[in-house]
Amino acid sequence: MHKLLTDEPGKKMLLLGNEAIARGAIEAGVAITAAYPGTPSSEISLNFFQMSQESDLYFEYSVNEKVSLEVTAAAANTGVRAMCVMKHVGMNVAADALVTLAYVGVRGGLVILVADDPFMFSSQNEQDSRYYAKLAGLPMLEPSSVAEAKEMTRQAFDLSEQLQEPVILRTTTRVNHSTDVVELGPISKAETRGTFSRNPMRYVTIPAVSRQLHVRLLDNLDKAMAVAEQSPFNFSEGSGPGGIICNGVSYNYVADAVQDLNLDGQVKILRLGFTHPLPEQLIKDFLGGCDKVLIVEEGEPVLEEGIKALAQEAKMTMTISGKDQALFSRLYEFDPALVREKIAFYFMGADTTATSSPARPGQAGLPPRPPTLCAGCSHRAAFHAVKKAAEGLDVIYPTDIGCYTLGMLPPLGMADFLICMGSSTGTAAGFSRTLDKKVIAFCGDSTFFHSAMAGLVNAVFNRHNFTLVILDNGTTAMTGHQPNPGVDMEKLGLSGYGRIDIAEVVKALGVPHMAVIEPYKLKKSIATLKEAFAFEGVSVVIARELCALYAKSLKIPAMKPFYVSDRCRNHKDCIDQLGCPAFFIKDGRVAIDPDRCTGCAVCAQVCPENAILPIKIKASPGDKI
Amino acid sequence: MKVTRVMIVAVGGQGNLLAAKVLGEAALLAGIEVRMSEIHGMAQRGGVVESAIVFGGARSSLIADGEADILAGFEPLETLRAVAKCNKNTVVITSTAPLPPFAAAVGKVAYPDFSSVQKQILNVAGSLTAFDAAELAREAGNVMAVNMVILGAMAATRRLPVSEEHIRETIRLKTRQNFVETNLKAFELGLSQKS
Ligand code: SF4
Repeated sequence: MHKLLTDEPGKKMLLLGNEAIARGAIEAGVAITAAYPGTPSSEISLNFFQMSQESDLYFEYSVNEKVSLEVTAAAANTGVRAMCVMKHVGMNVAADALVTLAYVGVRGGLVILVADDPFMFSSQNEQDSRYYAKLAGLPMLEPSSVAEAKEMTRQAFDLSEQLQEPVILRTTTRVNHSTDVVELGPISKAETRGTFSRNPMRYVTIPAVSRQLHVRLLDNLDKAMAVAEQSPFNFSEGSGPGGIICNGVSYNYVADAVQDLNLDGQVKILRLGFTHPLPEQLIKDFLGGCDKVLIVEEGEPVLEEGIKALAQEAKMTMTISGKDQALFSRLYEFDPALVREKIAFYFMGADTTATSSPARPGQAGLPPRPPTLCAGCSHRAAFHAVKKAAEGLDVIYPTDIGCYTLGMLPPLGMADFLICMGSSTGTAAGFSRTLDKKVIAFCGDSTFFHSAMAGLVNAVFNRHNFTLVILDNGTTAMTGHQPNPGVDMEKLGLSGYGRIDIAEVVKALGVPHMAVIEPYKLKKSIATLKEAFAFEGVSVVIARELCALYAKSLKIPAMKPFYVSDRCRNHKDCIDQLGCPAFFIKDGRVAIDPDRCTGCAVCAQVCPENAILPIKIKASPGDKI
Repeated sequence: MKVTRVMIVAVGGQGNLLAAKVLGEAALLAGIEVRMSEIHGMAQRGGVVESAIVFGGARSSLIADGEADILAGFEPLETLRAVAKCNKNTVVITSTAPLPPFAAAVGKVAYPDFSSVQKQILNVAGSLTAFDAAELAREAGNVMAVNMVILGAMAATRRLPVSEEHIRETIRLKTRQNFVETNLKAFELGLSQKS
């Protein structure tokens, strides 16, 4: 049985934040769940996916975040409990649905989890998604710890039903990827069948209806504020003339710092967990007892702006500080030492120059360890083929989001522009209108379905001029090999799924020139790509080969690994052109690690001396290395 | 209870998260408060994996620069890269077996030699125990058991609030059944490393 389905209330378990959130939803009796994968939220959907295979829970990997929100929004409007999970930038995709869904509301509880990524450990920006709660006018909860994340998730469903609005549960990487001891609660049985009474004047958002619904939303915001005022997720602790107001993980650093600095009796803390709408009275009461206030929040000054406005309204004149040159930055994430230092500076006047940004020892001159495309990755083969086929052309390469974004690094260097999921096709169109360059764009299979497809439709209609290379490796590799509509689910032993062939889609869209290549076959691939590059108008080449890491996990029998024979003249073309991590240099000679080589044979085709050969049944050790 | 902060660093695929999990589960078994956090962006693509384990009553699960009580590295270069987490009382454990990043493996950049790694670590930290954990893992019967060897060496420092017995029990209960024996053996080999 899946460990998160353990029905032993009171049992203590060590859980990852994302596991705790999934468990909280199960305890609340969630019935319908949907997500598009995205780090740092991915393990939530993974656990839902696994649990859905052995329980009543419905889970789907939706084609993108907007669709996942629509699926769960409708389910919640039939009265069942639903949850939708995304990373912060996914919220941008779902935002169109979100803002008007707030007008319509829900009947069954709907929780929308959005995971922010301060410092961008694995993201293209560090936007602060709390603004979405303001923008849409929705209640928002923010946990500080893993155990609280489970509790908040569970209670978010009740709150959503009480207010008849979706609830945004906002986390940051340090909650999603922290581990804590969590006490399991009872599991509520999920209600999986809903009802819907026809009422277009309530559910169909034409202007006349929406004018009423906006009134309803503002009423609900007032109700939400009344709940926030009483919420146990907003609490204060300690005493003293100084005040700190904080949220999320910052609270942990603040609580530790106040203790470490012996500020008991001098500084009190207001921890806000129900952060939108702000509990105005609670905050004014807290401010009233302070002579100076520090706001500790990662990201944008969301609390700070709200709290300063409240103080102004209440004609309070104490200093309120937060984002400031000498205090906290909007950039990156906080850590315990930084927060302690700023608190010491603010409340004790301690000099922080000694400790702030000292040269970090042990960093200078160390060889970096960037992530690289795996040994045998089909993207490497495709990139190499594209580079060869484009020789002599002046090219720009708009790319997209996936493992293949790593193609940006040397020696491949195959990425010139990237803004978001699916941007390859739209940006390719723009470049083709203003540059005298050949435009060659890349996207992956999952990205194609997510949103790059729309840009391709646009390109056919508007007669743009570029080549799109779709790197179809049969999985959503980057986030951990989740399925997408092009994936053969039977290979995973799962039935009940359709499958969409990308080539058929491209054809049906009326793309005038389309071809499919097998990227491990370099010569043929290069010839096919050349034809596509020469075509005036929209051309698409689909590079079809399974992700090497995924193939391994599917236990597809490996091909024979290769070795560098003594024919090698040490030009190092293989290393310089491909940068496959199975290669290394030993005693000045090129060598291949047979444990890492997947036998893709791409290097063997690049070697001008034909020196790279498959290992025969059992080569002598001297032969291999 | 006194707060003990343990930082573990490794290259993706070396099994660092399991080592952290064993420490966390051992703490749960022993009734000791524990919080952990991890950064494993693109671990499977050869990146760096960091785990922080904080025992005792602290709320933060992050370890800031200069705050680690123990730093354990599965690879010398990564141990050095994390040395900013150390202070003059920090006990550092590292495997000496290098896993050069690609650019170093193919001779494009130099991989630091161990004597310089050692020197730079000791400039910042209190003590250093260094040994070839890969070799000991092989001796235990599984090259993948570097994590258990390092766990043993951490226990040998006597700075962990969880006992050896709790760790052994956790290895028995929480690691894969067919590896328990080699895991325990690897743990014992690590434990016999003098610190
Ligand atoms: S996981 Fe797959 S797609 Fe990603 S780098 Fe590895 S082989 Fe390539």
